[in-house]
Amino acid sequence: MNPAARRWVFLIAGAGLVAFYLWGLTGLPGFGNYPGPYGFIINQVAVGQTKATAVVSAINFEYRGFDTVGEEFILFVAAAGVSVVLRHLRGERERSALDEAKDRDAPPTSEAVRTLALVLIGPVVILGWYLASHAQTSPSGGFQGGVVLATAFVLIYLSGQFLVFKRVSPVAITEAVEAAGAAGFACVGLSAVLMGLPYLTNDLGLGTTPGAIDSSGTIALISFFVGLEVAAAFVLIVGELLEQTLLIRQEGR
Amino acid sequence: MTPLAVSTPYSAPVHLMDVLQVVVLVLVAAGATAVVLTRRPVRQVIVLSGYGLMLAILFMVFQAPDVTLSELTVGAVALPILLLLALAKVRRKEE
Repeated sequence: MNPAARRWVFLIAGAGLVAFYLWGLTGLPGFGNYPGPYGFIINQVAVGQTKATAVVSAINFEYRGFDTVGEEFILFVAAAGVSVVLRHLRGERERSALDEAKDRDAPPTSEAVRTLALVLIGPVVILGWYLASHAQTSPSGGFQGGVVLATAFVLIYLSGQFLVFKRVSPVAITEAVEAAGAAGFACVGLSAVLMGLPYLTNDLGLGTTPGAIDSSGTIALISFFVGLEVAAAFVLIVGELLEQTLLIRQEGR
Repeated sequence: MTPLAVSTPYSAPVHLMDVLQVVVLVLVAAGATAVVLTRRPVRQVIVLSGYGLMLAILFMVFQAPDVTLSELTVGAVALPILLLLALAKVRRKEE
């Protein structure tokens, strides 16, 4: 195809795209104008029904809890996939990537980055733990808390301590925590089935004061399990990828 | 003296939040353009991380603190780390 014909194809396709895009824009509701009834209904009933003042958590782990189980296992399978694809094959030898270029050292971590990372680790752990275990109040959530917790492990690496990173997150324990988190969520749902209720029915006591520590029943419990699963999955993925860049594998002979 | 418009969100014609929303939307659009226009991959990841931070501020301004936390950790931290590690691996292979 010569350049002139190519330009015509682009112009026709581009004009079509612009036309459809503008046509689509005309059908959008106004800015900040929410048309559906569900949001308003949830806002009215959620706190009374679930005793969780964090309506986002209530939706995630209660009203659409079954969808969240699916999403949970997407991350679980993704982490499992990463560790399967990057696994240590039989007959492969590992050596440090530093041996590859002996004449130049890796630049040392700067003092500022190390100090900042070390100072942040403690607060980040507390924040992540709080977010994951207090789903009944806002802001919170197992997913957010889990990722914040995983960030703490990345900070350990950033402070220049890859060996400490590996010591505090051995693959066997990380995998076990990830599996326990995923299984915990599924088992909370199954516990309702054992009592003859539909899957994921909120069968724990809801408490009396919305947002109190004992309120919201299974919502806080599920959020905690999700936090464990997400934190472990992220640590596992980041750890595997770090190893990929720091180690070189080759066929052993 | 009239009270600030912030305290009565649905009455005054121009709110502080409206101005903030427009400013943040423009910043996000500029940030997204900057990510696309950055050509060198490592720099692009750093710009992408800043863009993730801007998106997090956008969600905060639009009153979604839970989404803010997700975006902050995933968009500004986790995604750039994964991309940087992949880039480091690719570069090592090329050498």
